[in-house]
Amino acid sequence: MTQLSVPPALLPLLWLLIPLLLVLVPHATHQPLWISLSWLLFALLSVQAARTGRQVVGRVLKMLLALAGAAGVLFHYGTVVGPAGGVALLTFLTGAKLLETNTPRDRLGLLFVGCFLLVAHFLDGQSPATAGYMAFAALALVAGMIATQRPDAAWRPTFALAARLLAQALPLALLIFLLFPRPQGPLWGLPQQVAARSGLSDRMSPGDISQLILSDELAFRAEFTGAPPPPRQRYWRGPVLWDFDGRAWHAATPPRGGPVAAVGIGQALRYSLILEAHGLHWLPLLGLPARLPELPGNPGRLGADLQWQTREPINQRLHYEVETYPEYQMEPELPPAWRARALTLPAEGNPRARELALGWLAGAANDEAIVNQALALFRAQAFFYTLNPPRLGASSVDDFLFRSRRGFCEHYASSFVFLMRAAGLPARVVTGYQGGEQNPLGNHLSVRGRDAHAWAEVWLAGRGWTRVDPTAAVAPARVERGVVAALPAGEHPSGLASLEGAWLRPLRLGLDLLNNRWNQWVLGYDQERQRQFLASLNPLLAHWQSMIWALAMGAALLVLALAASLWPRHANAHRDPASREYRRFRQALARRGIPPGPAEAPEDYARRASGLRPELGNEIKRITRLYLECRYGPAAPASLRELRAAVAAFRPRAATLKTAQPT
Amino acid sequence: MPSAALPYLPWHKPALESGPVRLSSRRLYILPTRSGLVFALLLLGLLLGAINYGVSLVYLFTFWFVGLAVVAMLHTQRNLAGLVLRVATSAPVFAGETACFRLRVENPSRLPRQHIALRHALGGGAAGDIPAAGETLLELPLTQTERGWQRPGLFAIHGEFPLGLFRCWSVLELDWGVLVYPRPAADALPLPAADDDDSVERAPSRGEGMEFAGLRGYQPGDAPRRIAWKASARGGGKLLTKQFTSSAGQHLWLSWWQTPERDVEGRLSRLTRWVLDAHAAALVYGLKLPGRTLPPQTGEAHLRQCLEALARHGQA
Repeated sequence: MTQLSVPPALLPLLWLLIPLLLVLVPHATHQPLWISLSWLLFALLSVQAARTGRQVVGRVLKMLLALAGAAGVLFHYGTVVGPAGGVALLTFLTGAKLLETNTPRDRLGLLFVGCFLLVAHFLDGQSPATAGYMAFAALALVAGMIATQRPDAAWRPTFALAARLLAQALPLALLIFLLFPRPQGPLWGLPQQVAARSGLSDRMSPGDISQLILSDELAFRAEFTGAPPPPRQRYWRGPVLWDFDGRAWHAATPPRGGPVAAVGIGQALRYSLILEAHGLHWLPLLGLPARLPELPGNPGRLGADLQWQTREPINQRLHYEVETYPEYQMEPELPPAWRARALTLPAEGNPRARELALGWLAGAANDEAIVNQALALFRAQAFFYTLNPPRLGASSVDDFLFRSRRGFCEHYASSFVFLMRAAGLPARVVTGYQGGEQNPLGNHLSVRGRDAHAWAEVWLAGRGWTRVDPTAAVAPARVERGVVAALPAGEHPSGLASLEGAWLRPLRLGLDLLNNRWNQWVLGYDQERQRQFLASLNPLLAHWQSMIWALAMGAALLVLALAASLWPRHANAHRDPASREYRRFRQALARRGIPPGPAEAPEDYARRASGLRPELGNEIKRITRLYLECRYGPAAPASLRELRAAVAAFRPRAATLKTAQPT
Repeated sequence: MPSAALPYLPWHKPALESGPVRLSSRRLYILPTRSGLVFALLLLGLLLGAINYGVSLVYLFTFWFVGLAVVAMLHTQRNLAGLVLRVATSAPVFAGETACFRLRVENPSRLPRQHIALRHALGGGAAGDIPAAGETLLELPLTQTERGWQRPGLFAIHGEFPLGLFRCWSVLELDWGVLVYPRPAADALPLPAADDDDSVERAPSRGEGMEFAGLRGYQPGDAPRRIAWKASARGGGKLLTKQFTSSAGQHLWLSWWQTPERDVEGRLSRLTRWVLDAHAAALVYGLKLPGRTLPPQTGEAHLRQCLEALARHGQA
């Protein structure tokens, strides 16, 4: 007959299946369907075997199944090792192993594999939510391990014990996490993890940046040691674009090497930056770096046009700290070859723009006047900042300047640089990010896709390369308050606008703070950060040898403390107030030379003690009687009070021969 | 119990103890189980993965599992620490049967102890729990082959709770044992007739030569032939047993020298069988062994006495 409760034969299996399912379900989302289906089939077969007590699948069939699974994984992934193929194969094999899991040791082994598969999730993502879910799955796995010892236990105390074990393990885990010396670099080949994501590249064609602006994805977070610079100075420099083909701008390939001919002005500022993986080579830079930080395993170099690029694409979140001068003078002398390149325009196209620029050149007293003319044009005419500009014709600059007059940063920067070059001023387009949202809770800036920006640099005699942001002339709010403020009402992209609801903002900022701390302290805790952090605690800790010493000592202390706190306490001695009073009484007698025997009952002890000290006899008998009443009689608070008073008053004097004799 | 060999620690043989034994931490040994070693390998693999992929959360969870193993070790040890062991009496058995050595395990602490078992080189017992401030009888069933006062010798008390990664144990030898009666002879020879050497006494066979003394209520174990069927039928369905008293000089003597067997164990087996048969037949019987004579009597206590005399024959 069927019962409502789980049959006892199934219990051990359920304690195994549920934790494994918790671990495997997230893997199933990116594994081929046949693996999940066969796993479920194996699970059902094992349940059937447990119910009937017969093995459903023979040994030969099991071997064939395992081989077929390996072949399937090999066919699908091309490998049976590595993060994807290996995890898929292990998933399949845990399923097959369910068919012949009979002993507690087998089940424990499968749960160990579950631990392995759990940790493998972090190769795919390390968000706080993933970590939280995995912590829960770990709880289930540990409960399953306890259940291999006693599958008959109720689920609640089992989970409670598992939670206690994990909680007690946490301090030790954090200690090792902080102090275990992080080694350098991979031991074997790293998988290609990150495909190139949307981001600023070395090419800018119309519409690129507006796509990026629509994304709310985090680009990087920066934390300044002092106050962050004001919004109008937050120009995070990315790829510098030199060449215009009439439609798109391209970076100089290869970027010009050599030292940067620039000097910083004024006060330097320090910031640390956590860059999200973007699959490209460039690193954002605010101002002129005093010295480039070392990037382990992926050396970077600074081009003469202040582009900071790495050798390998940035496929992992990167953390670095840098000191820069926000104000600087760059290349007061421009080499002729690069001057020529900064003046090059396509041979044809955009005649009206060229004409306009030549007109400015003729009437201008100096270079600055030409720049101001152009900015005045953007300011005075009816230009609009919008993310939905109309399509531009073949002469895109003319079309934009004289017809549509609607666009966003890349249109303004592109046409401005075109005008400058046409007027004989060396100019180039700089892309990157501008602004960033300051999180008041955490003193860091979060820079997102929507902060992507393009601006211009003009080379002026005596001043060198000078930043000019034509977008600021059209929409000053873009620079001061970000893209959402600059866009006309009704054009807020849904993804941006919805997040700006007044009541959601604190929540979002809090989440952002959490994410930043998480990235900084958990995900970004690499060799560099470990050294820095430990050295800030104690300079002696900066070397791995001393880390190991500190780890050993800290772990020993923690384990000792834990062992002491876990040591079983005596049940009655401290709990029962009557016993406590009685113990005090015995101690008082013991001090006067009448210790209780090892197995002496209270009454025998009282008889013996009053025999030795007849003058105390009444008190001894009374206290013993009260104690026995409290301990074994019906609950009586009055006698406990009496006992307490009697014990407090019981102060036997030292027995000398004289005083022991009755007077 | 797939494997019941004693753990190899401690290397020196523990002393024989009689009193209550408290499992202090210096008596307890702890080592990883085979599963624990597999778990250590897994942790090593995870650590290599963490180093290779440089993934912080892999580090964190690997270290969490390391901490878990350490905490589990402490829990496994505290599960046994401070228990007080006292020997409990174990019921006598016949040779060839399984004796249940019983150990009274007292838990003076507030911590309930779980899944603790006894183990011996020849077998292990079922695991039991000991509630906080309570006690439990743990059993160690061991098949006995030889008669006499049998001590189990070295045994271990062990536990792997909570995770099965570590095994904590203590090897002890306690002053306890079980009385093993000789194995009763398999074939049922009739009880001996009166001893020829003893002309005065004649063995009353099947109650013959005994005087009817009255009726009493039936008790399990009464021989069917002694049930007073007629009286029972009259008495309204309640079975009654006839009782006899034997007159003086009409005792059944079970004697060492009467047995057909000639070797010591064979004789003891035969006598055991006879004693059991005589008891089952509710006869008054005496037992004669070299150097020891038990006068004729009847009843449970007499049976125990006779069996004990047989079990201890030739032993101190």
